[in-house]
Amino acid sequence: MPCDTPAGPRLAGVSARCPHPARPGGRERDDDTMTSISTVPPPPRRRARLRRLSGRDRVVLTAMAGLPLLLSVCLVWLPALATVALSFFNWTGIGGFSQMKPAGLENYRIIFTIYPEFPPAIEHNLLWLGVFFAVPAPFGLFLALQLHKQIRFSRIYQSILFLPVVLSLALVGFMTELVFSPTQGLVNNLTGHAGQNDLIDWIGNPRLNIWAVLIMACWRQTGYVMILFLAGLKAVDPSLQEAASLDGANEWQSLRHVIWPALRPINVVVVVITVIESLRAFDIVYIINQGTNGLELLSTLITTNLIGETSRIGFASALATILLVISLAFVLPYVYSTFRKDTRP
Amino acid sequence: MTARRPRTPRIFLHCFLVGTCVVWIAPVLYALYTSLRPYADTEAHGYVSVGGHYNLSNFTDAWNAADLPLYFKNSAIITLPALVITLWLASMVAYVVARHSFRVNLILLLVFTAGNLLPQQAIITPLYKLYITVPLPSWLSDSGHLDDSFFGLILIHVAFQTGFCVFVLSNFMRTIPQELSEAARVDGASEWRQYRQIVLPLCRPALAALATLEFTWIYNDFFWATVLMQTGANRPITAALNNLTGQFFTDNNLISAASMIVAVPTLVVFFVLQRHFVAGLTLGANKG
Repeated sequence: MPCDTPAGPRLAGVSARCPHPARPGGRERDDDTMTSISTVPPPPRRRARLRRLSGRDRVVLTAMAGLPLLLSVCLVWLPALATVALSFFNWTGIGGFSQMKPAGLENYRIIFTIYPEFPPAIEHNLLWLGVFFAVPAPFGLFLALQLHKQIRFSRIYQSILFLPVVLSLALVGFMTELVFSPTQGLVNNLTGHAGQNDLIDWIGNPRLNIWAVLIMACWRQTGYVMILFLAGLKAVDPSLQEAASLDGANEWQSLRHVIWPALRPINVVVVVITVIESLRAFDIVYIINQGTNGLELLSTLITTNLIGETSRIGFASALATILLVISLAFVLPYVYSTFRKDTRP
Repeated sequence: MTARRPRTPRIFLHCFLVGTCVVWIAPVLYALYTSLRPYADTEAHGYVSVGGHYNLSNFTDAWNAADLPLYFKNSAIITLPALVITLWLASMVAYVVARHSFRVNLILLLVFTAGNLLPQQAIITPLYKLYITVPLPSWLSDSGHLDDSFFGLILIHVAFQTGFCVFVLSNFMRTIPQELSEAARVDGASEWRQYRQIVLPLCRPALAALATLEFTWIYNDFFWATVLMQTGANRPITAALNNLTGQFFTDNNLISAASMIVAVPTLVVFFVLQRHFVAGLTLGANKG
């Protein structure tokens, strides 16, 4: 763990992954309730500490948390609420609030019945999600397991596999065009499909282009997942693995019964990141053709409805609300369960 | 031990990893290779070929014709302040959340972290309307509004990225022994002083890790700049590249060269500070 505190205990997160009952956080809480039998003087009670704060300290602490909170609420959470509210209106965005016309569920009705781009967009987002679960997640885990074996050149392999992660998704979009360009691209030229007779149009063919995009998206996502799993593997107690192999466990058994359970917290993070990245997918397809002609995604529909020639704010908001609801359904349970255990008074 | 475990020949593993790495680096090398060849040569020989001239003319052309220094300057004006303010605000929230046990802490962590995980497109409609409505003094914005201004873009980056940093820093600050704060409190140090002179200096490793990560993320942003920065000349380089393509960068050789140039800052950060970069992701992931 390169970022450990100089003298401090292990990171809270690392301790949370260990199933030992005597983790630092837990011990402190136990002390709180067992003051009568504890010989060590207990840390001061929460209330007592709070009372000792001077008025000035309280103002300072409020400002320290309040100012960033204000920014987050104004620029993230109020817009999130406003998205939902605006989705029930018809508003071209030209002119002020007087131009807003209540529309009820009309925007949603249009989206779910006659808006031709919506079904392919949902389909592509789901496909993106499915592919991200099917390829980068297991492959990233596999690579992490191999690189964790303390083989030679591990650092070099790791750097190369991780390289795409530092490139922006917009740049990955340009690379997709470069690599999959029908006549000038690497793929067609290497496989002999660059000629006029058997040209494979990876970018223009609406049935193929999503796959070209997904290949490049996976190219970047795999390194991301790999690094997360590598970090998780480094935190697995090596003595557990040693004990397993002493007991005669083979590689698969030790993975299945020792490493995999210990990786649970990382698995959760990888699932969340996979879902979020699939819902956020935008840059690559927007670079290629602004999310049209076989590359429709929820995110691009929102954007083109918003900044296109006819800005349809209400309609874009209805699409955004659908995206928002799907995201929050994943995000809130994850975040809540993560924090509940360590902020409990 | 070694006799027990059948030693699978490592050579197969290395072959597999080398093969994977070759596939992985191929797109980047192909872009680099293309960028080193004049368009005329690739036209004559084909793109996947050897021969002809190799020089840096695509790089100099891309740099000069499209005025890339301007966009790099824009990127710097946006990325660096956003980075500093994000870390500063996040460290303050993290201090409150990690060093005190207020009832409101759970809500604070929920608000910041969940906010960071929302797709940007889910909140863009009202934000866009807000940005084109809220007036700004002309020295802050050419358009007279939040949109199209560096200030507005910095603001949204800060609001959005603070979440992840609060999450990481609060985890990190919890590992700093409470006794340090107790001692400082006994000595009469105010909360601000404890934050500034005790906790913050001890967070240096986490701040370094976050700085490399956040630099890359803010520099790599495409969406906010595309939607909230209407004037092309004000866009940071990552978003500007999209407009410049077709206008100045007409062939794949020039696009490759420009892409390589745009990637340079993140690649430098990656190669020089890889340890911090990975540590930042690790700090973020090791919580679950």
